[in-house]
Amino acid sequence: MRRGEILALIGPNGAGKTTIFNLLTGLLVPDGGSIRLEGRLLNGLPPYRIAGLGVARTFQNLQLFPSMTVLENVLVGLHLELSVGFWRGLVGRNGRAVPEADGRVRGLLDRLGLEGLADRPVGELPLGQQRLVEMARAMVSGPRLLLLDEPTAGLDAEETRGLISFLRELRGSGEVAVVLVEHHMETVMEVADRVVALHFGRVIAEGPPEEVQRDPAVVEAYLGA
Amino acid sequence: MQYAFAGLTLGSIYALVALAFVTTFNITGVLNLAMGEFLTFGALLAVSLLAAGLPFPLACVVAVCLVALLGGLMERVAVRPVLGAPPLVPVMVTIGLAVSLRGVALVAWGTQTYTLPAFSPGESLRVGGAALTLQSLWVLGFLLIVLLGLFMFFDYTVSGKAVRACMINRTAAELLGIRPERMAFYSFVASGALGAAAGILITPITLATYDVGFMLGLKGFIGAVVGGLTSVPGAVVGGLLLGLLEAFGAGLVASGMKDVVAMLVLLAVLLVRPTGIFGLGRGREA
Amino acid sequence: MKKALAWPAGRWRWVLAVAAVLAGPFVINNGYLLGVAIMIGIHTPVVLGLILLMNYAGQVSLGQAAFYGLGAYTAGILTATWKWPPLAALLAAVLVSGAVAAVVGRPLLRLREQYLALATLGLGILVFIGFNEAKALTGGPSGLLGIPYFSLGPLLFDRDAKFFHLVWLINVGLFWLAGNLVRSPAGRALRAIHDSEVAAQAVGIDTGWWKWQVLIFSALLAGLAGGLYAFYVCFVSPSPFGLVASIEFVLMAVLGGGSIWGALWGAAAVTVLVEVLRAVVPLVHRGAGGEFEIIGLGVLLVGLLLWRHTGGREPLQALRRYCGRPWRLLPGAARGNPGLNRSQRSR
Repeated sequence: MRRGEILALIGPNGAGKTTIFNLLTGLLVPDGGSIRLEGRLLNGLPPYRIAGLGVARTFQNLQLFPSMTVLENVLVGLHLELSVGFWRGLVGRNGRAVPEADGRVRGLLDRLGLEGLADRPVGELPLGQQRLVEMARAMVSGPRLLLLDEPTAGLDAEETRGLISFLRELRGSGEVAVVLVEHHMETVMEVADRVVALHFGRVIAEGPPEEVQRDPAVVEAYLGA
Repeated sequence: MQYAFAGLTLGSIYALVALAFVTTFNITGVLNLAMGEFLTFGALLAVSLLAAGLPFPLACVVAVCLVALLGGLMERVAVRPVLGAPPLVPVMVTIGLAVSLRGVALVAWGTQTYTLPAFSPGESLRVGGAALTLQSLWVLGFLLIVLLGLFMFFDYTVSGKAVRACMINRTAAELLGIRPERMAFYSFVASGALGAAAGILITPITLATYDVGFMLGLKGFIGAVVGGLTSVPGAVVGGLLLGLLEAFGAGLVASGMKDVVAMLVLLAVLLVRPTGIFGLGRGREA
Repeated sequence: MKKALAWPAGRWRWVLAVAAVLAGPFVINNGYLLGVAIMIGIHTPVVLGLILLMNYAGQVSLGQAAFYGLGAYTAGILTATWKWPPLAALLAAVLVSGAVAAVVGRPLLRLREQYLALATLGLGILVFIGFNEAKALTGGPSGLLGIPYFSLGPLLFDRDAKFFHLVWLINVGLFWLAGNLVRSPAGRALRAIHDSEVAAQAVGIDTGWWKWQVLIFSALLAGLAGGLYAFYVCFVSPSPFGLVASIEFVLMAVLGGGSIWGALWGAAAVTVLVEVLRAVVPLVHRGAGGEFEIIGLGVLLVGLLLWRHTGGREPLQALRRYCGRPWRLLPGAARGNPGLNRSQRSR
């Protein structure tokens, strides 16, 4: 992938899309082949190391931290920058970066349309906003590769449009490469530079969205069997 | 050889307990750590009933039935309500139950040791240069009968297959019309009965006190872990294996070390292969 | 940030706490009650460590009494048998406990919840057996005598009042540490691990390492408590360090609830309850001793858990339903029973 590119992974359920995410983030170890990030081999690295290298993700079944507020959830995304470790934490050395981080997080929340919600417990929010919080958490650390697992699931039309425009902004900034697993074709068509279609764990088509949409193998996978 | 017999005898008890553990675990997802108390109560109730004048066989049967009822009660009142809670809560509930029951046993029967008459009086047999008590034969025999019965139940009856389905995939079984709640209830009742029987069988050999069930239950449980909590035959193998390891370890090293052997085996298995010899899946994270 | 303003208020809170501790023995006039208060103070660090482990790192330990006992025996053996100075022995007690947790903990923490609980259970029992069997070192079941009073230079802690100060001032310090931890990014990381380990890893938290640190810290605390116990009672035997003790500690942690201050309430409640049972029971049932204690604890634990996780009324309703009509116990008779909708197991 290239920086600033948005790639969409599509395919019927069970085709292996989330599995790819799990492989990329180290939750699963590949039996063969290699995964590289800017030349660096990722195979076999534990998930937290891969995250440290600039890979961030959201989860299909939403893995937020229910005991924390929106602000705290996103602050955890900055863990690698902010944390001073267990033992120093005991004696109260919180690091100087905290107030600045607070500001950055609030700014990001505003950009995503979540202004004013920072201090609410995250469990109180409707699903659409929760998904945005999870995305904020993934993005706040400025990752190089962002993996979004079904980001539009549960969003209404307005929220989806908001997401689409946000993704376009991301692409425009050229900073981060994004991989989307998506079922919502409209989003895919509007936002993706490239589409990869999976079926039963194999790639059946790859290319710009319009081409893949017309590809007979893809049509069959979705409509057939 | 003597060690082998002692090991197999005790191992059979562990195997029975392990069986009960694995069945309830697979059906309900809960580790019933109060299992040991079924053994205690089975044995001690039989003792009391005997002392009250009931003929021995009747005393045993009634004791088994009472404990089976206790198992069912346990499932209904204390375990089912918390099945939806975070995974460790039901286990802690069973621990609490185990502790309470042990206290009840202590209050009811005090700290003395009790015994039951052997099932068939007579001299021990001599096999291969070692003595094999008749009671041991009863224990082994019972295990075999249970295994046979279970085998026939699981493979040849509809309800048996339903139970197996439940054990393999609860949700799918439910979708097919099988009712896991019934299974859960009956599995607890059955494990109560099994535990009580095991307790009664072993008492003529090892005597019974208010806390006899605790260690036996724990070791039966370790046997289940060794064999794999997801595997019924594994539980039996694990239980027997543990019994043998204990007997040889204690005989060759020191008798006080018997319990140590069991704990070390537990830790070893958990560290190396938590899902046991026959188990599926990984008990640990990547 | 708000921190600059909070500091004076925060500081005053600690000053108040220290003052309360110093005043304690004079307020609590009764010698017996003072002793109970000291025991609460000795239990509190163990429960604090356990709460951090359970509510902040999401792990259960059914063998905390092992670390408690290790601390007690280390302090006891070093001072009674090898004549170490008490302060050094206490520090050693803390470190030995922590070291064991460090060595054993790393591999253990890779296990998933139920298996971890079992491993800690096994560990607790193993250590308990060790106390009983290593007679040359520990005096076996009859215990170790001759532990001197704790002393810090010229200060000798030979009276309850002084020991009360020692124990509770230490507790104030421990709560200060724990409070810092919880409010720091480290505390957030721990809560993240508790809420969703997989998401925590996805943001770069090395969950294995963090859980390990919490385990070690909880062992340090338990070891400290054990050492204090040894210096208070001046005698150690295996019996306070068995499985029942581990369960008592878990009960204290569960009762105390989710925040670190819960350690105080939990420890106090259970310790007091045990004393009450000890006092009341012989009146009701002649010749009964600590036996009822166990039943009470078990029932309490079960009741508490049932209450907390089912909203309380279900089991009571169930009990009422079944007591009146026992045949309703059988499945199939339970129609219209709330909470039966369990087509999805949580695990």
